[in-house]
Amino acid sequence: MPMTEEEVFEKVKDTLIEALGVDDDEVTPEAKISADLGAESIDYLDITFRLEKAFDIKIPRGELMPDNLLNNPEYVQDGKLTGPGLEQFKQQMPHADLTEFEQDPSVDKIMDLFKVQTIVNYVMSKVN
Amino acid sequence: MRWIWIDRFVEFSPGERAVAIKNVSLAEEHVHDHWPAFPVHPATLMIEGMAQTAGILVGQARNFEEKVILAKIKNARFDDLVTPGDQVTFQAEIETITPEFASTKGTVLRNGEPLGQVDLMFSHIDQNLSGVEFPKENFVFTGQFMRLIAPFVETSDD
Repeated sequence: MPMTEEEVFEKVKDTLIEALGVDDDEVTPEAKISADLGAESIDYLDITFRLEKAFDIKIPRGELMPDNLLNNPEYVQDGKLTGPGLEQFKQQMPHADLTEFEQDPSVDKIMDLFKVQTIVNYVMSKVN
Repeated sequence: MRWIWIDRFVEFSPGERAVAIKNVSLAEEHVHDHWPAFPVHPATLMIEGMAQTAGILVGQARNFEEKVILAKIKNARFDDLVTPGDQVTFQAEIETITPEFASTKGTVLRNGEPLGQVDLMFSHIDQNLSGVEFPKENFVFTGQFMRLIAPFVETSDD
């Protein structure tokens, strides 16, 4: 069922407010889910379940957030993504903005890629 | 004091729904500290009661193969106080269950009347926390927990 980006943003915002207990004005498109909104690993799962319900979509494990890259030595070396690792990551995360990350693809910066807009982009690709 | 905050299951539909009751008594130690002049059964222990009801429901749904632990309290709300002499009822339903996690919704009653809502998320720790090794035997579902649902489902003899 086609939705505008605004409609999706509003519903994603409500989902995040419920899942994370944050205020309406904290949920901006550029807000980072972990660093700004305080989400922990269990919260990502809660968010995924709630998004599935709210938008009537299925979110397969690893599609919103790839979980198979970090354990692969071909993709990660010395705490950074390798060339092939970055390529693989780009392929699996078309909904994220990787321009800044590419300059310094260190593993501890990965969580910062998950912003509210990232989720909005992902949901847009599933409902439209 | 044993850490068991439900007394009996009154309904158990495997994989779907479970209902358990807890009788609050003036003979319980904790109400005399909470509070000395005004005994109240703490909301935290009612959240635990729901966690035990829902956790056993979730555990049994996968034949107690998983070590099910409480991971997130999504929502907990109580509209009134519970005092000695009250009977609390926990009605838990499985909302979502996967090999790695489960999500439950729950209604709490006091003497049969609506009191509150407790919605929870559980983690199956062997499937998560990669790299951390846990003892092989299921230390979550032991003794008393298993005896509680014996009237409803087949459990192996301890």
